[in-house]
Order: sequence, then structure tokens, then C-alpha cells
Amino acid sequence: MQTKRMTFSSGWLPYLLLTPQVAITLVFFVWPASQALWQSMLRQDPFGLRTTFVWFRNFQRLFDDPHYLISLKTTAIFSLATTVLAMSLSLLFAVMVNRMIRSRDAYTTFLVWPYAVAPAIAGVLWWFIFNPSVGILPYMLRGLGIDWNHRLDGTDAMILVVIAAAWKQISYNFLFFLAGLQSIPQSLIEAAAIDGAGRFKRFWTIVFPLLSPTTFFLLVVNIVYAMFDTFGVIHATTEGGPAQATHILVYKVFRDGFVNNNLGSSAAQSVILMAIVIVLTVVQFRWIERRVNY
Amino acid sequence: MVENDRWGLLLAHLILILGVAVVVFPVYVAIIASTHAPGTFLQGVMPLLPGSHAVENYRSVIFEGRSNAGAPPIGLMLWNSFVMAVLIAVGKIAVSLLSAFAIVYFRFPFRIFFFWVIFLTLMLPVEVRIVPTYQVVANLGMLNSYAGLTVPLIASATATFLFRQFFMTVPEEMLEAARVDGAGPWRFFKDILVPLSITNIAAMFVIMFIYGWNQYLWPLLVTTDDRYYTIVMGIQRMVTGADSEPLWHLVMATVVLAALPPILVILFMQRLFVKGLTETEK
Amino acid sequence: MARIVMESLSKVYSGGVQAVSDVSLDVADGEMIVLVGPSGCGKSTLLRMVAGLETITSGTLHIGDTLVNGLEPAQRDIAMVFQNYALYPHMSVYDNLAYGLRNRGVPKPEIDRRVQAAAEMLQIGEFLPRKPRALSGGQRQRVAMGRALVREPAAFLFDEPLSNLDAKLRVQMRVEIRQLQKRLGTTSLYVTHDQLEALTLADRLVVLNGGRIEQVGTPMDLYRRPETVFVAGFIGSPAMNMIESAWARATSGLPDGLPAGSDLIGVRPDDLTLAAQPGGLALTGRVALLEPAGAESHVYVTLSNGQTVTYRTQGLPDLTEGAAITLHAPLSALHPFNTATGKRTG
Repeated sequence: MQTKRMTFSSGWLPYLLLTPQVAITLVFFVWPASQALWQSMLRQDPFGLRTTFVWFRNFQRLFDDPHYLISLKTTAIFSLATTVLAMSLSLLFAVMVNRMIRSRDAYTTFLVWPYAVAPAIAGVLWWFIFNPSVGILPYMLRGLGIDWNHRLDGTDAMILVVIAAAWKQISYNFLFFLAGLQSIPQSLIEAAAIDGAGRFKRFWTIVFPLLSPTTFFLLVVNIVYAMFDTFGVIHATTEGGPAQATHILVYKVFRDGFVNNNLGSSAAQSVILMAIVIVLTVVQFRWIERRVNY
Repeated sequence: MVENDRWGLLLAHLILILGVAVVVFPVYVAIIASTHAPGTFLQGVMPLLPGSHAVENYRSVIFEGRSNAGAPPIGLMLWNSFVMAVLIAVGKIAVSLLSAFAIVYFRFPFRIFFFWVIFLTLMLPVEVRIVPTYQVVANLGMLNSYAGLTVPLIASATATFLFRQFFMTVPEEMLEAARVDGAGPWRFFKDILVPLSITNIAAMFVIMFIYGWNQYLWPLLVTTDDRYYTIVMGIQRMVTGADSEPLWHLVMATVVLAALPPILVILFMQRLFVKGLTETEK
Repeated sequence: MARIVMESLSKVYSGGVQAVSDVSLDVADGEMIVLVGPSGCGKSTLLRMVAGLETITSGTLHIGDTLVNGLEPAQRDIAMVFQNYALYPHMSVYDNLAYGLRNRGVPKPEIDRRVQAAAEMLQIGEFLPRKPRALSGGQRQRVAMGRALVREPAAFLFDEPLSNLDAKLRVQMRVEIRQLQKRLGTTSLYVTHDQLEALTLADRLVVLNGGRIEQVGTPMDLYRRPETVFVAGFIGSPAMNMIESAWARATSGLPDGLPAGSDLIGVRPDDLTLAAQPGGLALTGRVALLEPAGAESHVYVTLSNGQTVTYRTQGLPDLTEGAAITLHAPLSALHPFNTATGKRTG
């Protein structure tokens, strides 16, 4: 990793400059993470009187626990659905906006602001729209003969949280897709047009392949978002229900740690999540490294 | 483009208008709902046109609340959110500027090691270390305080990397000229580097303000005293806290107030926001 | 005002690359020295060593009577004009000029006096409140000069200051820099890769190659009597023609009376004539290309060994491309060299 050709020479100043950042990182990031690692191998008796070191038994128990396995599956479905929905809609919008000239900024403005809405608020908004008694959408769905009730029906609840989570993420993906599209040289597209490729064909043979770095980057970002940042969506609306239909991993860590007070299990779950984030971050950074040459 | 494709263009506009409608719809519904009297929601589906109780509803949520229905006044929560967002944004920027300065403009033992320590923060979001982080904050006596709400979130790898990247593009001669002009490290930082970074700082502020305002899990963990509740987490208590059906007109007024500040920030600083967003993630 | 004395200066980078080797140079008070050479010859490194922007690996450097090896740039009483000007983009022109003085704790009225004086001298008074980006290239160049002027330093250091300007402006600024330097009488080191700039500006010229000094002298010294093959080829445009003695002798065009060991003969394109020079050099070939350049013309002649020589003449000569031609030069115009040593033989 480079520095400038010429640098200041000072023995202590750089350490002083780094102190705030490093201190916060050590105290609030590294230390708790190592605590989680430690606690994941401990088990407390029901009264919190005795703690025993149990090696990997907490992990073993987790993977024998049907609730955890269901939560794992729920998370996978939720993340995948959210990512696909948010990415495909935003790619569609970005491609369309990229065709516009005068109206481009106006559309962009209308499409970007949901980024500012907190996931929890996005959840509450859609929770209200889908509310079985006063919501506008169940009313319309009833007209189509569909009986919507996310309080009783697990699938309805899942659809609700996926829509809420994806809705909030559209702006982010849209901006990155639009930037990606704008960095594709117009001359390439013109060359393809001269070669006789129609609009649809041009998109799939030229534009989409050239967009693949952006797509890949967004894929990772969206999965991370869906797995971790959507805690608010779940917590503020379905609270994991009904019948654990929307009990995603992050929500489970929180429940087991704070509500059920099962520290060993919660810590083991934390460690698994940590491993997932680390893998995703490394994948993402590999890609960045290739692109900007750190 | 080359060909004249009028129907395709029309279709594109149609898709976009539909898209914008989907994006705007929930907020429109919230605004409408926040203008109706409580009785409206007892009569079945909500109306799609504004009602006449806007002023009354908003005054009620901000100043009075309905404590018996789990809805304390939210004026204080708005203030807390604002304080939290500003402190986090300013803190992250300050801390990251200093770190990036050290990493780019100094050569010292363990430089790469520190870089990786900063990098670690990316790999350990709050969500994966909920309980132990809570314990640390509790042990330090920082529960129910602004310090507890903000300080642990101030470390920022993204902001550090952004500033590092920007500093690398500052011409070498800038430092050389400053040294010939007799500026030491601190003067160079304050007189040259920070003023040069002002656009990046502003872009970062927009992103981090939104980040801070929208924190949810963190305030949920470190506050139990409602004097420190923030608006985004406060809403949850209004929706799920009461046993009966939520007071939708008040909930939606609160939702609008909670969402409005960051939305305004984005709308008024769209250019900075886009720059900040796309450049931090590069 | 000060002398600059370099004694055996060397610079070795941490990777082991030797950028400057054993350079000794005594710059007189008020002198304008131009460091010239191809890119990578170490001229900028040497200048930056004088400025204090590069550490000195070995050797000593005195500015005035002070040994400055260990001093910070700001303590060396020098001012520098950078290639890309390095103006602080967020400060007004006034603040750009004043910044160094403020850091030194110069009192406010004194700063103002100096800035105004420099601005007047450089005719940038009206730009003082503006930001650098609102200025043209030439105006920025003047501001960069002004930043050096206000310091009233013992020495000016110029690092290719004109290379970012277009050709016309470059000539104009060159003249101005020289006039200003003469008027102020400040010792100056000036780095350039442009030999015309070097010839016109310098009191003395230092030609560097591979981190070493090839030759030091006045511009006319170097032009008239280059001591090495490198200098002969570097100074002068079009470049000096280099003819192998053996080939010239075989084609019976080489005069006697050249020093022993002269296996390479240099002759400037200007010194060639169409008229025969008894007892001189004669080169026979064909006209490959005739290049009119206004007041003068360049004629490229291909010799029988395939080498092309350049002949410069006034006006447009009566020559046709492809025609046979013999070029002559008197003995006095020949520069004899030895290829093994790379040095002049006499």
C-alpha cells in the first residue's frame, strides 16, 4: 500500500492521529467480537450461577436445532428474494432512465430518496399498506379474490418484508447501475447498432456483460444488506412471525441474546454471522482491488 | 441513439412512471393517513385523499403524545435523532480524516497493521456482535447517554478509505510547496488538506447523517430510558407496543416526521449524496 | 543573496537506484545556472536535494555559509517554482503568496507590502482576490513566480516551470524570468529538458547524464566546444551529425591533422557547405528530403553507408530530392571524439 513520495517524519504523531479510530475499533469492535468467540464456547446453567467451557457444543447444538435450520432457510429465501427483486427492478429503471435526456434528472430525483428511509420505517410503511383491516392493498386484493393476512399466513408475511426491504434498496442499486451504464462508451453501442444488433440484443450482448462488475458488486452489497441491515424491517413489523416465518438469523441472535437470555447460543450464532460477513467482505474487496488497484 | 424509436421511448416513460409511482406510493399513503381523524380507520379501508386533521395530528404527536397508547411526545425523540446523526457524522469524518492523514502522509512501523485494524470494522457490523457489544457499553456506564449512542459507531473504514483515496489524488507538489512555505504536518492538514477535501467532507456528511439518523438496532440496545429514544426506534414501540390496533393517524404522522429530515437532506444535496455514495463504495 | 556550493553530492534511493552521483558545483552569488539533460538524468533530483525535498545520501551542500544537509526546506532560505505550479487551489492568489510569510510569522503590514510589490512586478495585481482556477496558464505561472518572489530568498529553484505552457507563452515567460532574475540578482537554479530554454537562460549550463555532470560552461562554450559525445549530441538543434572516421577516410573525404584516436567526427548542420573546403571534410550522398522552414531549410542527405546527415542552409536551396550532393566542412568546424571514452580528443 502506497504513501506519498514524500512523507512527514515524526515518531509519535501518526500514532496519535490514529488513536481515536483504533481505540474505538479495539474497544467496541475487536473486543466484543473476541468476547463473542469466547462466549460461544461457554454454557451457563439456567440460573446463571455456573459457567462451563463446552468447546464447540453450542455450535453442534445449533445445527441440531430445527429452529436454527429453519431460520437459516428463511434467511436464504428472504435474502435471495430481496436481492433479486431490488436488483432487477433497479436495473430496469436504470436502463430506462439512461435512455432519457431531458427527464433523466427528474426521474433520478424521484427514484433516489427512499435511500433516506430507515429500514424500520420502510417496514412500518408497507405494514400499514398491507394492514388486513385498514390497508389499501388487501382491500384491492380482496377484489381479486385473494385473502391477504400477513398476521396469520407465513408466506404473506414473507412477501411483505421482502417488498419492504427491496423497496428501500432500489435507490442504491439504481444509482450504481446508472453510473455503470453511463461509463459504457457510447461508441461501443453505436458500433453494435451498425453491426445490426437490435436494442434488445445490444443490451444482452454488449451492455449487460460490460455491466457485470457493477452487478457483481451490487449482488454482494444486497446480500449483506438483506442479511444484516434489515433487522429493523423485521423487528418493527412481523417480529419474526407468524410462527417464525420471518425469523431471520440476525433477528434470532437478538431474540436469543436479549429476550431468551441464551448467551452461549446467541454468541455461537454471532460467530457464524461474523464468518459470513467476513467471507462476503473479502469477496467484495477482492473485486474492488481488481478495479482500483489499491 | 441512432434510430428513431418512438414506441420504445413511450414504453420506457410508462415503466418509469409506474416505477416512480411504486416508489412514492407508500410515502403518499403515509402522508394521507396522517391527515385524518382517528375515527376514519375504524370504518374499514383508509381513504386516498387528504383529510382535515393534519395540524391537529402533528401537533399532537410532537408535543402531547398519547402515553396511554404507547405514544410519548416525539419532539424529544426528533431532537435525539438529530443529535445522534450530527455527532456520528461529525465524529466519523473527524476520526477518518485523521486516520487517512496518518496512513497517507506518514511512514511508520506497523502502518499496514493499523490499516487492517481499521479494515476490521467493515467485517464486524453491530448485528453480528450484539450481546458482547452491549456488555462493553454497559460496563463502561455508557447506556442511556449520547456518548453511548454515538461513540461506538464513530469508527469508519469506509470514510477512512474514501479520504485515503482522495488524499492519494492530491498532487505531490502540494505537500512540497507547503513544506517550502514552512508548513509542518498539522498546518498542512488544517490549511491545505482539509480545505481541499471540503467537497468530499460534505458528501460524507450527507451519507453519514442519514446513516446516523436511521440507526435502529443500536439505540434499541443502549437505551432503556425514553429520554434517549430516537425517532426511528420509537416508532416500533408505537406500532407493536400497544395491545390494541395502533393509532394509525398518529403513527403515520410520526413516520412522516421520522423520514422527512433524511429525505430533505438527499433532495437538497442530491449531487453530494450521489458523489458520496458512489465514491465510498468504489 | 548567496553562493550555493555542492560537494560530491550523491543520491541513492532505498531500492539501490543511484539518481545522482558525485556532483560538485559552485554556483556564484547572483548566477543563473541551468541544469539540463534528458528525462531521468537526475536534474530534478539534484534540484530537489538543494530544496530539501530529497535527502542527501552523501556529500555536503552549503547555501550561503550554512551547511543545509539536515535542514527542512523552509529553513533553507530558498523558494521554489514547481512544474505544475502547485498553487493552493482553495486559496486566493493573495493568500497563495502570503501563506509562506504567515507561516514564518512575518508581520501583517510587511506581508501586504511584499505581496503588493511582487504582484506589481509580475502584473498580477488585478488577480489577487481570485482563485487560481480562474486564471489562465500564463497567469498561474506568474502567481507561482510571485510566491517565490515574496519570500525574498537567497536562491530561486525552478523545476521545469514553463513546460506546461504553449510554445508562444513559453518564449515570453522565458524572457520575463531572465529579466526578473537579472534585475533582482538572485542566485538561481533552473531545471529544464528543453535545450533552447537552457541556452537562452543560463549564465552557465550544467549538462547532466545518468546522474553525473557531463560538462559545465557558458552556453556558447558548450555549443562551440562540447567535451563529450553526449553534450555534442544534446546541445544544438538540429543535432550535430556524427560521422565514423573510418568510413570517411575510406571514401577519401577525411582531412589529415585530426588528433590520434579520433574515430568519430562531429559536424554541426550549420557548418556544412555546398562549396568545397580545401583540406576539409567532404561527404557525398543523395538528397533524401528537403524541408523548408521559412528563413532556413533543412536538407537530409543519405550517405553511401546509409547514414542520414542534416545540412542547414539559409533560404531555399536549389536542390532536388534524389539528386547527388557533396557536403563540405572546414577542418576548424570538426569536433573529433573517441567512441570508447566518449570524450573529445582535441
